[in-house]
Amino acid sequence: MRTMELNILLFGITKDIVGQQKLRYEMPEGATVPDLVDDLKKSYPKLHDLDSVLVAVNNEYGQKQQVLHESDEIALIPPVSGG
Amino acid sequence: MNSDEKISILLTDDPLSVDTALKVTQSNRAGAIDIFVGTVRNNTQQRSVERLDFEAYHTMAVKEMEKLANQACERWPVEKIAIYHRNGTLQIGDIAVVIAVSTPHRQAAFEACKFVIDTLKQTVPIWKKEIFDDGEVWVSAHP
Repeated sequence: MRTMELNILLFGITKDIVGQQKLRYEMPEGATVPDLVDDLKKSYPKLHDLDSVLVAVNNEYGQKQQVLHESDEIALIPPVSGG
Repeated sequence: MNSDEKISILLTDDPLSVDTALKVTQSNRAGAIDIFVGTVRNNTQQRSVERLDFEAYHTMAVKEMEKLANQACERWPVEKIAIYHRNGTLQIGDIAVVIAVSTPHRQAAFEACKFVIDTLKQTVPIWKKEIFDDGEVWVSAHP
């Protein structure tokens, strides 16, 4: 299966869990937003403990079955707490 | 900051100015300006807080703040709206967020202002870490 290298930005608690601000992460081509979250939770089990982990794709909240591409700017969004 | 603009958005490491938010939302057609100011509290759940560290996904946060302003303009007769949020390290008493909304009559200004702060807390990718004398915690991260 062909794979792709995703560039993932990390913030807040996810940055602490992964231990870096930017992550290069290999996924099969055609992987979707939930595929990525499931895979990351296997690699970083502490992500399971969070109230929620959303994915942003190119500065927008990702849609449920949105397919990811190498050129996308991807970010993990743990529960926000601004204000 | 151009006060002719209907929408004014700011995400900055510098101190926020309530005066500026008031100035940019003043309008001859407005009979009301509602301003919400969020400040840093010195305690949470009976623990004493020393300071807060804010972190933002800057580009997306600004985009989401713009969306909120546009949604408020769609739902209420908003003359002008300002949404300011602070980033970086804040001390007790510092201003973390300022929201100002001007409308022809006060009811809409109150409602729009409440909508913006309530929704901002749910959607805008900004995170705060509370620093205690004996540790630190990312707010809302865990159930």
